Amino acid sequence: MKTNRTTDSLHLPDLTRQPFESRALKSVLLSSITVLAAVLACIPLFSVLIMLIVRGGKRLSLELFYALPPTAFETGGGFGNAIVGTLFMVGIAALISIPFGVLAAIYMAELGPTSKIAATARFCAKTMTGLPSILAGVFAYAAVVLVMGHYSSWAGGIALSLLMIPVVMLTAEEAIKMVPEPMKEAAYGIGCTPSQSMVKIILPVAMPGIITGVVLAVARAAGETAPLLFTALFSDYWLQPNEPTASLAVLIYNYSGMPFENQIELAWAASLVLVLMVFVLNIISRAIGRRTQ
Amino acid sequence: MESTEKKSNTRRTPHLTDEVVLDCRAEKIFYTDFLAVRDSHVPIRKNQITGFIGPSGCGKSTVLKSINRMNDLIRGFHFEGKISFHGVDIYGKDVDPVNVRRNIGMVFQQPNPFSMSIYENVAFGLRLNRFKGNMDEKVERALKSAALWNEVKDKMKNNGLSLSGGQQQRLCIARAIATEPRVILMDEPCSALDPIATRQVEELMIDLKERFTVAIVTHNMQQAQRVADQTAFFGVDISRGGRTGYLVEMGPTGKLFENPQEELTKEYLSGQFS
Repeated sequence: MKTNRTTDSLHLPDLTRQPFESRALKSVLLSSITVLAAVLACIPLFSVLIMLIVRGGKRLSLELFYALPPTAFETGGGFGNAIVGTLFMVGIAALISIPFGVLAAIYMAELGPTSKIAATARFCAKTMTGLPSILAGVFAYAAVVLVMGHYSSWAGGIALSLLMIPVVMLTAEEAIKMVPEPMKEAAYGIGCTPSQSMVKIILPVAMPGIITGVVLAVARAAGETAPLLFTALFSDYWLQPNEPTASLAVLIYNYSGMPFENQIELAWAASLVLVLMVFVLNIISRAIGRRTQ
Repeated sequence: MESTEKKSNTRRTPHLTDEVVLDCRAEKIFYTDFLAVRDSHVPIRKNQITGFIGPSGCGKSTVLKSINRMNDLIRGFHFEGKISFHGVDIYGKDVDPVNVRRNIGMVFQQPNPFSMSIYENVAFGLRLNRFKGNMDEKVERALKSAALWNEVKDKMKNNGLSLSGGQQQRLCIARAIATEPRVILMDEPCSALDPIATRQVEELMIDLKERFTVAIVTHNMQQAQRVADQTAFFGVDISRGGRTGYLVEMGPTGKLFENPQEELTKEYLSGQFS
């Protein structure tokens, strides 16, 4: 259509694509970079998983769960005691950190959100999430092992709880804050005391978020080695809470450096079992989170 | 809808008892240093609907929420005056705000049912007050009074949040009346609802008046005309620098709307400002 040049209003703009214009090129380039970055970010996880499945998979068997670690030139064996030890010590850590963390979160989110105590607690929790895990071990060594006079699973559990508490506190605080304000108002409006509104209304709604936080904390604790090196050491025998205790993380640490093929294979298998345990925990937390939606 | 005839408040016959159930005298209401309301004496009469109207910022919601001590939850809130509920000053030193709220129900602007079954929502207040009798009967009665029973009787186990907006608000009303409080406060209960749901809630209010005393804040003066027996008009005082709300005029709705005494009331009712 011929444009009438005497009237500007009839000059139609060109709406067609201009793929080689610098603006479009930049956009495509940046989009491609972000896609590439996302793909690259998946590579470490997948490569670790593949490596574990290939190397550890061939040793997977029921024997791993009921047999004890083999001695120097033995074949076979398993790490049943390490699995039990990890579960036991993480269990102790959870029993300490969950009540502690949730109660602290209740105070920080609801009872005294603007108070100095809450601000300090929040700051401490945030700093502690970055605490090198070896320091948690050193602290538990001084506070528990030296006091009790011997290494034990209690010391190991306490060391792990130091790593779990900040995570539980912060995620539980967020979960409680996410409960809609109108619902809290309704609870007060109908005559709930602060503790009644917390227990009957707020916590049930915040529970999926709190559980997710707990599972994240547990997953972290289950894989830590350094804190256990000073507190629970290791053991080739079944669980004795007041004695040094085996754990998957320390077993992997010990066995991977040994010059025995059997032990090295077991270390790979243990790594795979540990990753599978964390994986299963994640799935459970996702299922719980979805259940209440 | 079966009947096209809107149920109007023709039962606004002169009440034999203009008994004041709740005498609210708000001399000064502060939020920290900000004077939100001054000099407002609002008597709430038994088995009548008292409407609070006025432009935004005039303090009507503040006064309403002071009545059941909901404002206590706001930091910096300070109430000077006296609110006499059946003879007791609810701001007295010995009075527990939790008990006040158990005896004065509240319905909020946004429907806010709890995230639990419809049955449990209505039963919540009863359980809180350790009611030991026939729970099913009380729940059914409350839902019937809230004009919601027929719509939910087959799905009592469904989560309260799965209902529509209008149904949720009626559920909140059922929850508030289940414990049979003497006074029910409603803070703009229809503002989040569509016109049909609004009409249902208004008809509901007129029915509730038989058994309860109601105070309602509304930004819609036609709604006040439709439902309120007494109307309190609040205005904003900017003479001292800030914006302080105060009671301009109060009286039986018919008289207030037909023959307002104050100039400000006349201007507001004729729509000159809102």
